[in-house]
Amino acid sequence: MALLRRYAGLFRVQLAMSALTAMQYRADFVVKGLIAILWMGVTLVPVLVVFGVRKSVAGWSFPESLVVVAWFTLLRAVLEGAVSPSLTAVVEHVRHGTLDFVLLKPADAQFLVSTAKIEPWHLVDVVGAFAIFVYAFSKIGRWPSLLNLGTGLAFLGLAIIILYSIWILVVSASFWVIKVDNLSYLFGSLFDAARWPITVFRGALRVVFTFVFPIALLTTYPAMALLGRLDLKTAIAALAGGLAFAAIARRVWRRALALYTSASS
Amino acid sequence: MSLEAVPARPGFTSDLGRVVKAFPTLLRVGVSEVVAYRAEFLVWILTTNMPLVMLAIWHAVAADGPVGHFDQRAFTTYYLGVLAVRLLTSNWVVWQLSMEIRDGTLSAKLLRPIHPIYALAADHLSAVPMRALVISPAVAILAYVGWDRLLRHDGVLVLVFVASLVGAWLLIFFTMILMGALAFFVESALGIFELWLGVHAILSGYLVPIEALPHWARTAANVLPFRFMLGFPVEALVGLLSRHDALWALAAQWGYVAIFGAAAVGVWRVGVRHFSAYGG
Repeated sequence: MALLRRYAGLFRVQLAMSALTAMQYRADFVVKGLIAILWMGVTLVPVLVVFGVRKSVAGWSFPESLVVVAWFTLLRAVLEGAVSPSLTAVVEHVRHGTLDFVLLKPADAQFLVSTAKIEPWHLVDVVGAFAIFVYAFSKIGRWPSLLNLGTGLAFLGLAIIILYSIWILVVSASFWVIKVDNLSYLFGSLFDAARWPITVFRGALRVVFTFVFPIALLTTYPAMALLGRLDLKTAIAALAGGLAFAAIARRVWRRALALYTSASS
Repeated sequence: MSLEAVPARPGFTSDLGRVVKAFPTLLRVGVSEVVAYRAEFLVWILTTNMPLVMLAIWHAVAADGPVGHFDQRAFTTYYLGVLAVRLLTSNWVVWQLSMEIRDGTLSAKLLRPIHPIYALAADHLSAVPMRALVISPAVAILAYVGWDRLLRHDGVLVLVFVASLVGAWLLIFFTMILMGALAFFVESALGIFELWLGVHAILSGYLVPIEALPHWARTAANVLPFRFMLGFPVEALVGLLSRHDALWALAAQWGYVAIFGAAAVGVWRVGVRHFSAYGG
């Protein structure tokens, strides 16, 4: 319990530091907010164009797809606002050898590096995501039930865990191969595909996006949960799979850390 | 060291002879760099996967009948064309330049007897052969699937296509120099670049063929430079353009190349004068 309280305190301090840093650069804050809004538009254009010519695509109507887009926008905010910045910093630490200073601190290294940097302007994305949710459900004309909302929230938690785990795996790779910053771009570019329901993909792409890089778990299943289209068995299997994924990521991180020998060697 | 010992700063147009002599060596250095960092190179290529994702989506859409005059086959050739042209013409000068300006490593490059813009050009041109090699399977599939409309079997269109590829490369290169050189003046040059990327994704034909855009966006795309960086060469390649339209587009493209080239060199010139890295 004391341990938990200590880490909660640490988390608060890290958060405050990030917020202070962000407030230092106010002009940047505005520019980044504008960019976030522009990218939301860029995300929506292909969806609008596709549903401009068809009423439904691969079993998804326009408002239903918007629910997927909203999940995508929400998760992208989490990823780019809270997950990526910290973990990109780790790669820098490994390359420069300054990870030593993190490892010397009397707290869990994974916790410290994962909470080091948060970019608060991604709140704009969160607001945008909720606007899309509201618009989509008002077009459908039926709001999610309490049970659907609960399942949706559970999937949100799961999706964040999965995103974080994949990131931890990517960062762990930086202990073996130093030039890993472009792996993060690869990750981002693959994540972009998550704005589409998984059913539009066929064959090999479907397999890759369900099991290898599970965007189905990230956006399609949560959207189905909100829409009340997900059965209980699939939900439980998906949740279990996600948790197993996180456990593996933690183990790999421990192994990778054991291999770290500072910059000079 | 006396001031006389410092060579005069190379100009962009004044020492073309030296550039021509040095270029082959610069290209060789670039090629060996690509070979040395081949894993990284491949990861960068894989990041350009959006055309394939969009192809999958349009395939699902066109499964029950063509969209406009795009059927499944037309979408396949279009997006493979996008993939090929994008990989052959894209570069990352903006990041390189804005970083070198910010951390001051540019000072060392300014002392070299060749203008940094030429050095950057050689650096990025030397990646083209390897990129061409990597995407050759995609091009082979494109040629096989879209053979009956490929370049409309017209010799003039073949020439236009080659010229449009060169034009697209130059246009992208100069805009990147221009935006990178903004880092001489403003801190958030990369922010401006990101805005540019967003508009580019929509109006260049990268995400959606320009034909499929709403009317107002199509008008904008035909006037703004973005289409000439990607959409125009692709349209010429897969046979979407008549000879007449293609020649007009080529003229517009090279007009933009001239404008952006002049702007890039001009901003650079003012910026370097403005530039004072640490210790310099």
